[in-house]
Amino acid sequence: MDSFLSAVVSVLFYGVAYGMVLYVISVGLSITMGMMGIANLAHGVFAMSGGYILVTALAKFHIPFPLALALSFFLVAFVSVFLDRLLYKHIYAAPELEQVLFSIALIFISIAIARLIFGTLQQPVLLPEYLKDQFVLFGRDFPTYRVFIIIFSALLIAALWFGVENTKWGAMVRATVDNRAMAQSIGINTKLLFSITFAVGSGLAGLGGALGAEIIAIQPTYPFEQLVFFLIVVSVGGLGSLKGPFFAALLIGILDTACKYWVPEIGAFLIYIVTIGILLWRPLGLMGKRA
Amino acid sequence: MSKLIGFQTQPRIRKYELLPWILAIVVFFVLPEYLSLGAQILTYILFALSLDLITGYAGIVTLGHAAFFGVGAYTCGILSAKFGITDPIILLFVSAIVCALLGFSTGLVILRTQKLTQLMLTLAIAALCFEVANKATTITGGADGLTGVVISPILGMFKFDFLNKTAYLWCLLILFIFWYVIRRLIYSPFGIALTGIKENKQRMQAIGVPVTSFLLKAYTFAAMVAGVAGALITQTNQFVGLNVIGFEPSGEILVMLILGGVGRMYGAFIGPLVFLVAQDYLAKQFPEYWNLGIGLMLLIVVMFAKGGILGVIDKFFVKRSLQK
Repeated sequence: MDSFLSAVVSVLFYGVAYGMVLYVISVGLSITMGMMGIANLAHGVFAMSGGYILVTALAKFHIPFPLALALSFFLVAFVSVFLDRLLYKHIYAAPELEQVLFSIALIFISIAIARLIFGTLQQPVLLPEYLKDQFVLFGRDFPTYRVFIIIFSALLIAALWFGVENTKWGAMVRATVDNRAMAQSIGINTKLLFSITFAVGSGLAGLGGALGAEIIAIQPTYPFEQLVFFLIVVSVGGLGSLKGPFFAALLIGILDTACKYWVPEIGAFLIYIVTIGILLWRPLGLMGKRA
Repeated sequence: MSKLIGFQTQPRIRKYELLPWILAIVVFFVLPEYLSLGAQILTYILFALSLDLITGYAGIVTLGHAAFFGVGAYTCGILSAKFGITDPIILLFVSAIVCALLGFSTGLVILRTQKLTQLMLTLAIAALCFEVANKATTITGGADGLTGVVISPILGMFKFDFLNKTAYLWCLLILFIFWYVIRRLIYSPFGIALTGIKENKQRMQAIGVPVTSFLLKAYTFAAMVAGVAGALITQTNQFVGLNVIGFEPSGEILVMLILGGVGRMYGAFIGPLVFLVAQDYLAKQFPEYWNLGIGLMLLIVVMFAKGGILGVIDKFFVKRSLQK
């Protein structure tokens, strides 16, 4: 009994850490897709870039870990502004299918570039000494790095939710997600707002990819392989919703960890079944505003 | 516009529609060393054609169409390798039936939803099929692939040879049959109703078209054709790998179709041809970085060639006829 309890605790712990990472990566996708209706399948590219930036900063340039993490956010956000102005702006109004083609093209290109620079091998993460230890709580050991992921993401998510609920920018974002035409007509510059939101969302994906580099292996095929999970989080949580994807991410994180622990032979099978079930029960997702 | 041709013309076969078939036969005689790639392209054209029916004509965007392609391929492979059924025609039939059943049952589920939810459901179903193929290693071979597939000669006469001559002609024949059927379907009142549903679902419902039932029929049929294409690829390669099932081939076939042009029937011919030839060429020249070339090609199509390759050709002719 005690060993079962201990297994449940560690599954919950690892699952929550994974879920937090999934949420930090996917939240930007939910907001930008809800805002502009863009089917951006290339969101994983930002997460992968964040991961590569962290890994390189730590291993090649010996930059301190907190700085490397910040770098993965700002660099990805910065690059995404250019991508938005150069490429994405052409497809805002394009039909859904062309957006799919466009984002898959970006995935192909990013896979090739990642392979060109880093090779096909999975990148190891050189964590600083103070994050490598075990953290003892209630007589159990928890890896410090996972504890750090959970606490850091929780603070980040709290800040993000506060920002969206209580600042003027947040109010404008919510208004634009609810009704873009109306928001535009009362004087909100929705295009500028979208660019800023896109940059923040992409930056968060970069940060999430960096945070989770040890959980979700950083390798060139990352954007394709992880895309399914990001999309599941967004659609199960509800498109355009801020909080829905959080619960979806936690659910997926815990479920995936539990499956890997108890029934590794079925793989991700259960996750897809649960996804299909939830989408049939609530087609708009847990807290979705529109399809 | 091209979409409305069905209203104005009889389904008589125009001269340029013979072009792909003439080209295919010329390739058979002129480029014998490319018949393996050629057979591959022919099956992907069939696969893309089935996708065009539901995406281009009926307006169902799916990221999971390779579920049927893959299940067709695995059905054919497993029956041959594990149960000793080696007749190619029987194998095609069984794969078609299995995929039609799968298409019908999943269609019942996904057609109740719309847009992103529908896209996600198709994706989840394809991912589910992938997981089964990946984990049920005793029957599917898992990540190592399914070996030991044996295909007996067609009608006991035409043996599948190393040069893929038989496979090429076999794929061409099956493609031709389904092209004819799909062409008839598209120009029939049923096909025109599908286009109507894509343009405006509510209005079609209002004028008394049983929308869901029509979509379900189209979806089931497309699943069946994709299954036949999958079985063909197994018969050509005599091997089944995980690359035929799941999200990645689903994304790729959608990309091929959009590249050629959606909802134009011949877009399904041009897309796989250009994509697979480019992939083959780039993979030989730059084995590591062919993704880059494919990605750039797709990007250029999105930026400068809206409507795919056929869309550009269309515009060119419209411009010329306006100048006259």
